[in-house]
Amino acid sequence: MVTVTKPLSSTDSPYQSRGLLSTLRRSPLTLLTHLSVIVIVVMWTLPTAGLLISSLRDKEQLAVSGWWTSLSPSTQRLMVRSVPPDAQLEEGGRYVLRGKVSDDQALQVLAFGWSSREPAAYAVGDVAQMRKGQTLSISSNGEYELSSPEPFSGARGKRLFYTAKIPPRFGLDNYREVLTTGGIGQSFINSLTVTIPATVIPILIAAFAAYALSWMAMPGRGLLIALIVGLLVVPLQMSLIPLLRMYNQIGSTFGVDAKSYLGIWLAHTGFGLPLAIYLLRNYIANLPKEIIESARVDGANDFEIFTRIILPLSFPALASFAIFQFLWVWNDLLVATVFLGTGEQQMVLTARLREMLGSYGGNWEVLTASAFVSMAVPLLVFFSLQRYLVRGLLSGSVK
Amino acid sequence: MTGVKLSNIRKSYARNEVLHGIDLEIELGEFVVFVGPSGCGKSTLLRMIAGLESISDGEMYIEGALVNHIPASMRGTAMVFQTYALYPHMTVYDNMAFAMRIAKESKEVIDEKVHQAAELLQLTEYLGRLPKALSGGQRQRVAIGRAIVRSPKVFLFDEPLSNLDAALRVQTRIEIANLKENMPGTTMIYVTHDQVEAMTLADRIVVLSAGKVEQFGSPLELYTNPANLFVARFIGSPAMNILPVVLEQSGPHSLIRFTSGKTLSVPVASELMEEGAELQLGIRSEDLLLSDKLNALLSGEVQFVESLGEMTLIHVKCKESDSIIVAKLVGIIELHKGQTVHLSLMADKVHLFNTEGHSLRYLDQQSCDAGQQAEQPDLVTDNV
Ligand SMILES: Nc1ncnc2c1ncn2[C@@H]1O[C@H](COP(=O)(O)OP(=O)(O)OP(=O)(O)O)[C@@H](O)[C@H]1O
Ligand SMILES: [Mg+2]
Repeated sequence: MVTVTKPLSSTDSPYQSRGLLSTLRRSPLTLLTHLSVIVIVVMWTLPTAGLLISSLRDKEQLAVSGWWTSLSPSTQRLMVRSVPPDAQLEEGGRYVLRGKVSDDQALQVLAFGWSSREPAAYAVGDVAQMRKGQTLSISSNGEYELSSPEPFSGARGKRLFYTAKIPPRFGLDNYREVLTTGGIGQSFINSLTVTIPATVIPILIAAFAAYALSWMAMPGRGLLIALIVGLLVVPLQMSLIPLLRMYNQIGSTFGVDAKSYLGIWLAHTGFGLPLAIYLLRNYIANLPKEIIESARVDGANDFEIFTRIILPLSFPALASFAIFQFLWVWNDLLVATVFLGTGEQQMVLTARLREMLGSYGGNWEVLTASAFVSMAVPLLVFFSLQRYLVRGLLSGSVK
Repeated sequence: MTGVKLSNIRKSYARNEVLHGIDLEIELGEFVVFVGPSGCGKSTLLRMIAGLESISDGEMYIEGALVNHIPASMRGTAMVFQTYALYPHMTVYDNMAFAMRIAKESKEVIDEKVHQAAELLQLTEYLGRLPKALSGGQRQRVAIGRAIVRSPKVFLFDEPLSNLDAALRVQTRIEIANLKENMPGTTMIYVTHDQVEAMTLADRIVVLSAGKVEQFGSPLELYTNPANLFVARFIGSPAMNILPVVLEQSGPHSLIRFTSGKTLSVPVASELMEEGAELQLGIRSEDLLLSDKLNALLSGEVQFVESLGEMTLIHVKCKESDSIIVAKLVGIIELHKGQTVHLSLMADKVHLFNTEGHSLRYLDQQSCDAGQQAEQPDLVTDNV
């Protein structure tokens, strides 16, 4: 997903005009690279596109057919009750109930029946002979007519079964449902409250640490770096509960709540720091030594070197880590479940979605639409930070 | 006052000593060039002066003040790196203003100094550009500009021209020479591989070899009176010819015998040497002359001829030497490969080196300079 765009330079132009041809003429390895990129892109975008289409489909259609059939009409077996007997009319000695199986103008009935055992026993145009001399006919536009020699009795209408071809239906109903169901907006804000500090704090700490670990001579530096790399492999699940206990114990001596935003910020910071320091150190340690020495001779102290030279030059690394960390925290459910409560003021989006799914009994339309709602923010973050992921930031500095 | 004074400066990396006690006194405003073969410690010494490397032992003074423990940012030096080391995210203007902004100079002062420097280096029209939009020569000028705006006490250059092509190198060399004129009070130290740069720019040259100072003197001094075999071979192109000889008779004038048996009296004092001692004779290629067979001191077969128009270089394989002798003859000389030539040499230009490689002429002069002081230099007493 992380694309690296190279700023246009004059050396690019000769290739642009020749395009594909020159691509093919390059080494087989390049071709292989391009092919694998295409495969990866397809593998990524296809399910995403499916999810998007599904989220826009009608929920009944979604339940019975896959998203790839969404453009062709679906054939569904449905049941309605006729109008109740109070509405019966007497026409030529027979009692008649008339109505329409559906309001949908585009609906096309193919077959019908009157018993659940044979829901499609009759084709449209046929007249179905029911018990006690009753008849039923349904026309292809959905109009039905029930007639009986005796008056219809009972409070409810009769059950009618029909098979209909329903044209594709798209709409934002699912989104409306997800967004208007209580609490989503609040959860959105809660998620941002967790994610933004949990992204910014580790970056700040890690950038300072990475600078110190690459450019400030100190005893035991190598050991410290090895320790941080070692922390990369500690599984989160293993440390979660001990961490929570520790936090609670320390927190209780300061009178801090067991479940609070501070706790989850600290937890995410802790879990994010090893990777952040590792990534940023790799980048910062590879900045040309002469630039830093030159700044030092120019009179800058370590802090000035860090803020004026290192930070601006490290944008690509900072941005890529910011994307990683933001995605990870935004999509996290586990840490949020452990460190945050379930109250309205603390429930994050992932927890909210899980709850909605639970109470709706696994309704697909909620899942698809809410997946897209929760993806929107990370996508926005990615595209706004993507322009910092540029190569050639250092060009012109050292030969 | 001295600009930079080094006294017994040593540098070790782990247990590996790379500078073995350097003593130098560089005058205020002097332009000093460090030369020496690759890996001899030139850059290390320069970086120690800048404060980028710690000093393992010894004392360093800049304008009289001990700076051993003063960090690079407070030493008041400016350095031009071989790789330019411009700040890639800043414009030319910001690159030059950086040091003054760090020093919290006022906006007007910064603006004035940057424009002054830009004018001097013909960079005015590029002030708004990023380094990546500049050519190599322009980048190098920005690097120099960045150093001069600070009016440093000591100006350090580490092979600043080695990334430039030949024409640009000449041009930038002239610019550096002009800079030296414009900043008479600033001590400048310049590291280079290039002899021409060293000879043309330097007030004095320091020849370094394997972490030691071989000789410190003006370019012509080094050329005409090298202290030892190393300097003799290192300075000058083509390198000085070296031949083994034997001392026949010592005295204010020495009589030497070539391996061919021919003898020559040279005006080099060798009073303290034993007769029969083995010596090395050094003679510059331009001090060799074509001669007839009878008067020749050296004869051999021509191996290679380089005709350069104003002069001709001939490479001769002589019986008297294991290595090839190169003679620089004025004008166009018709000679070809395989021909036998006879050469004589100018006796007053001959250098003699003892078995330790020290020049007898240089030692003699040193002891004269030392005057009537009781202490004789160690070098001389060693050889008695
Ligand atoms: N950081 C270091 N660690 C260990 N040894 C070093 C280090 N830096 C330099 N040296 C050693 O010190 C010696 C002098 O290095 P220096 O860079 O000063 O050479 P130089 O004269 O500048 O050579 P060149 O002309 O190739 O630039 C070399 O032998 C080098 O291997
Ligand atoms: Mg060097």
